[in-house]
Amino acid sequence: MRGDRDVRTEIEDFITAYAHAIDDGALDGWPDYFTPEGIYQIITRETFEAGLPLGIMLCEGRGMMADRVQALRTANIYEAHSYCHLLGRSQISAQATDHYQARTNFNVIRTMQDGGSEMFAVGKYLDVIRVQDGRPLFQERRVILESRRVDILLVYPL
Amino acid sequence: MAVSTADELSEPLRWPADGVTRIPYRLYSDPEIYALEQQRIFRGPVWNFLCLEIDIPKAGDYKTSTVGEIPVIAARDENGDVHAMVNRCAHKGALVCLKEKGNAKLLTCIYHSWSFDLQGRLKGVAFRNGLQGKGGLPKDFDASQHSLEPLRVEVFCGLVFGTFSDATPTVEAYLGKPMAEFMTRNLSRPLKPLGMHSQIIHNNWKLYAENVRDSYHATLLHTFYTTFKINRLDMDGGIVLAEDKWHHISYAKRATFDEAPEYKRDQIHAANYDSKLAGPHLLDSWNEFDDGITHSIQAIFPNLAIQFTLNSLAVRFFVPRGIDKTELFWFYVGYEADNDEQTRMRVMQGNLTGASGLVSLEDGCINEFVQRGTRGSPDGMGLAEMGGREVESSAASRATEAAIRGFWTGYRKIMDFA
Ligand code: FES
Ligand SMILES: [Fe+2]
Repeated sequence: MRGDRDVRTEIEDFITAYAHAIDDGALDGWPDYFTPEGIYQIITRETFEAGLPLGIMLCEGRGMMADRVQALRTANIYEAHSYCHLLGRSQISAQATDHYQARTNFNVIRTMQDGGSEMFAVGKYLDVIRVQDGRPLFQERRVILESRRVDILLVYPL
Repeated sequence: MAVSTADELSEPLRWPADGVTRIPYRLYSDPEIYALEQQRIFRGPVWNFLCLEIDIPKAGDYKTSTVGEIPVIAARDENGDVHAMVNRCAHKGALVCLKEKGNAKLLTCIYHSWSFDLQGRLKGVAFRNGLQGKGGLPKDFDASQHSLEPLRVEVFCGLVFGTFSDATPTVEAYLGKPMAEFMTRNLSRPLKPLGMHSQIIHNNWKLYAENVRDSYHATLLHTFYTTFKINRLDMDGGIVLAEDKWHHISYAKRATFDEAPEYKRDQIHAANYDSKLAGPHLLDSWNEFDDGITHSIQAIFPNLAIQFTLNSLAVRFFVPRGIDKTELFWFYVGYEADNDEQTRMRVMQGNLTGASGLVSLEDGCINEFVQRGTRGSPDGMGLAEMGGREVESSAASRATEAAIRGFWTGYRKIMDFA
């Protein structure tokens, strides 16, 4: 049987790899961090705490995530920029066998093509993680933004 | 350049001879003009959006907002009546309400504890009679002369409007018949909030006012529908201008052959949207109205717009935060009578607009590109001749800039720019 420490390391590595993949612009693999029916949502803290459903971005299933990626590559127009995620230590709790909840704070610094790097997003990830065939996947990843206010636009996932 | 407080510009603005088909770039960058707009527009004869009525449903509820740059409060009193006043204490001018939203019997300024009722009347002054007979206010101090500065208020279709001017007609008259009717179509049923966020866009507020009226750019800048070969079955629609040109509606209709019996009311028609989407349930939707209109945007002068994109209903409110900075609020709503399935579809369609809108996120940066492009060229001017030089409604096509010319027609008039 695997110990808690192994699971923690596995999940932390997974959460870290997700952030680094986005920072590297490796978005084609982004949907594969989720279960096939996985849910991804970006929502403001204000809306989330009010118990309201409509945030800023919502994907249900890998197909919708793939559409997002294709849209931002081929349809959407915006100024070039990149992200740098800084993650806090995750708080992880087991819900059942191979079923975990995790909460992780993040900062995302955005660098624009004029060279300016600025804090773009601050918040927490609230994750429901399934371990399938020894591999963690997000069944649900809710990105709760501290601020209700987005600078310019939000096109890459967080 | 110092901001002039005088009611005039140090260098008068002369509108180009070609009228509203030309838009002087100076309008986006001159701080004197920006200051003058605060007086002539936001303190002038217009109805300013303050909040949704559902933001303040109960007695004692209040919500703060801004009219131009002026901080304001909208509040509901014990009798259920809605009032609005400047959020500026009658004593030294501190903000009275600090929280964005709240519920209170009295609005109390934290600085020296003066308190006001929900109509803005001064009700209490700390140490009014002094301490142990010493100090306090003069005997002839007249509290009734020190209310919070009031705005006239009207609630129309669930929207709370305020005006500083006695000259503003009723909201219905201000909108005119076609605008009021369309707003009634969209908003006259009880609403429920679905979610809210805002965006900082780095441009003058008027660039966004133009952008929401720019039906010409829709299929050119925003290519989501074409990229995914989404067969919208929508024919081109048209635009309707208010009589005084200040407001507009731009709409697209479903093609007539799509109004066959099988597509009756309340039927979900995701399948109608052939596409290359891997997640086509993004576009699950249903026909809410019998008029065939599937997409609409209605702009209300000066800084309000209402979108109905498929079933995604949102109030957009864009607030000037400086000459080249605007906060754009997205208040997404549904109807109280919506069932879970309808709510689910409205929530999913929230993906189409807003800060991450698949269809329209470009609007977050495109106005900034104009702001930056026109920098240092105050004597240059933009062009708006698409669809002719007239300022008239266009039933035939949305490839027109008529609504932009309409905005500038209203703007010139209220700003008194000859
Ligand atoms: S400033 Fe409000 S009580 Fe003094
Ligand atoms: Fe647009």
